[in-house]
Amino acid sequence: MAYLELKNIYKTYGEGETATEVLSNINLTIEEGEFVAIVGFTGSGKTTLVNLINGLLMPTSGEVLFKGESVVDTSHERGVIFQNYSLLPWLTVGQNIFMAVKEAFPKKTRKELHDIVEEFVAMVNLSHAINKRPKELSGGMRQRVAVARALAMKPEMIIMDEPLGALDALTRGNLQDEILNIWGKDKHTALLITNDVDEGIYMADRIIPLRPGPNATLGPEFKIDIDRPRDKTELNDNPNFKKTRNAIIEYLMEIGNERKSEVQKEYLLPDLTPKSFVWL
Amino acid sequence: MKQSLTLGKVTKFIGIAGLLETIKDLFTGNLDKEDFKNFLRKVIMPLASVFLFFAVWYFGAKSLHDIEADRLIKKALVEQGPAEAEKVRACIESGEKTCQPNSLPSPAQVWGAYQTLLADHYVIRADKKAFIEKTAVLNAKRVANGEAAIVYTGRPSFVDQIFTSIITVFAGFLLALFIAVPIGIIIGLSETLRSSVNWLIQIFKPVSPVVWFLLVFMIVKTFAKNSDADSAFIICFISVGLCSMWATLVNTAMGVSSVDKDYINVAKVLKLGPMQKIFKVILPSSLPLIFTGLRITLSVAWMVLIAIELLAQSPGLGSFVWEEFQNGANDSNSKIIAAMFVIGIIGFMLDRIMLTIQKMVSFNKNDGI
Repeated sequence: MAYLELKNIYKTYGEGETATEVLSNINLTIEEGEFVAIVGFTGSGKTTLVNLINGLLMPTSGEVLFKGESVVDTSHERGVIFQNYSLLPWLTVGQNIFMAVKEAFPKKTRKELHDIVEEFVAMVNLSHAINKRPKELSGGMRQRVAVARALAMKPEMIIMDEPLGALDALTRGNLQDEILNIWGKDKHTALLITNDVDEGIYMADRIIPLRPGPNATLGPEFKIDIDRPRDKTELNDNPNFKKTRNAIIEYLMEIGNERKSEVQKEYLLPDLTPKSFVWL
Repeated sequence: MKQSLTLGKVTKFIGIAGLLETIKDLFTGNLDKEDFKNFLRKVIMPLASVFLFFAVWYFGAKSLHDIEADRLIKKALVEQGPAEAEKVRACIESGEKTCQPNSLPSPAQVWGAYQTLLADHYVIRADKKAFIEKTAVLNAKRVANGEAAIVYTGRPSFVDQIFTSIITVFAGFLLALFIAVPIGIIIGLSETLRSSVNWLIQIFKPVSPVVWFLLVFMIVKTFAKNSDADSAFIICFISVGLCSMWATLVNTAMGVSSVDKDYINVAKVLKLGPMQKIFKVILPSSLPLIFTGLRITLSVAWMVLIAIELLAQSPGLGSFVWEEFQNGANDSNSKIIAAMFVIGIIGFMLDRIMLTIQKMVSFNKNDGI
């Protein structure tokens, strides 16, 4: 039995004439302990897909199965890291995480909860900023808080919706390593949504392209056969990396072109000249 | 050091911190060209506008006074003959108070009236104190016998009336707070409720304070008939509250209904219960808007208070103004203008207090206006 399974998922927004089908016929299985990345263009329905899996949205038809059970609501077993951090700006770093931990472990004492908070803040190297508000932190630090918040609830699976999308390249690289380190420790099942092919290859076991929406559907999967831990600098010389990367990019370019050619349409221009137009 | 710190806080509170700083620079001599421009903009121009205001006031008052004086003299000429007219002219020119025509008072007269009011306050306060001392023994006896103590029933002074007004406005403000915020939250949470009360809100919002007063009067008089509570005060503060609560109600509902979708998603992912969701996510994120509403409510409350006190005959600045207008003494007009300035300055201070609180609760420091 697959750990997470998406069966014939369709998702439509709106009704009747104005309905747009964002996702169609999505089928995906993820095994326990796997790190899967889904790459796609912006606006291809990636966030919709993530929200279906974490339980914030319900599919129009089809079923999301998590450990064999249908997903009908959010659950503490699936931790979510949002694209735009989604930290509560009126709470400090510690309070943001404490709120999550308190919900996840209602039976623990305050002391135990605070210990968990401190542990996870330390894990993302933010102990010095535990009493700061999100506004006082940089984008990378905020995303680290979001990572700590998601992980502190000790989820079985972690779902990341373009977690590093808004960060600069350097911070991005560092955070990728940090997330991989944390993931490597207890091998959560992980699903990463990203628009960066390199990031997907560097981090995941498997990459699946999402064909652009409307009617977005998953493309053929690409296995990444590169041993962990992966080294970013060596990766560039790895023939396997090059091959996979080129294959994925080629595929994405192809569907991109396909999409362009679809919208190419001849417009008939009326034969008009301005009234007082004089050729010079 | 500590003193200068509080001074800094006070000036910042009133909004003239930059001004004092620049004046200091001007005297210590480290003012460059850019600073000078700033100085011009922040000190000279405001002072000039105040000066211009007083000049317009002074000359306007003078010409109004002259027109009225001419009329008086002409009237005397027609009705009583040249000799009387000459007497009236001499009387007016001598500056004798009793002969002055009734018109817009000059700045100096208003300042005089203000000082009279203060002096009057001290006299009344001394009176009151003497009265309390005089009746202390008697009152102790009466209380011991189970009788009601004799209380001072003399005329309240201007300063007393200011305090009464402030108390009334706060009572009204608190009423507005306790009605508008909970209702605002409830209707903010439910779109059905929001659209169902929308018409009522839109209809009641623009109703004039005078009508609110009459409405409250109709209701409260039934309840207050046999009680010895101060019904004028009760009517007054309830009307003020009802009249001013709409800004808070609308803002709270808007704040609650427009919470960032990301925060709602967080609440869902963390699986917060409904109460937790309201108190830990929705309310904090709508606090800035709620406080913007409260700030508007307080300034509206202060504005309508004067009109309502005037109607309700409840002691306070409003009835002070009305009584002065009715009484028509020589310096009544000056006292009314003096009261106008006091009302304006207190309104300004109240707004500043709310702004400071608003800045404190706002997690986004740029929100405060």
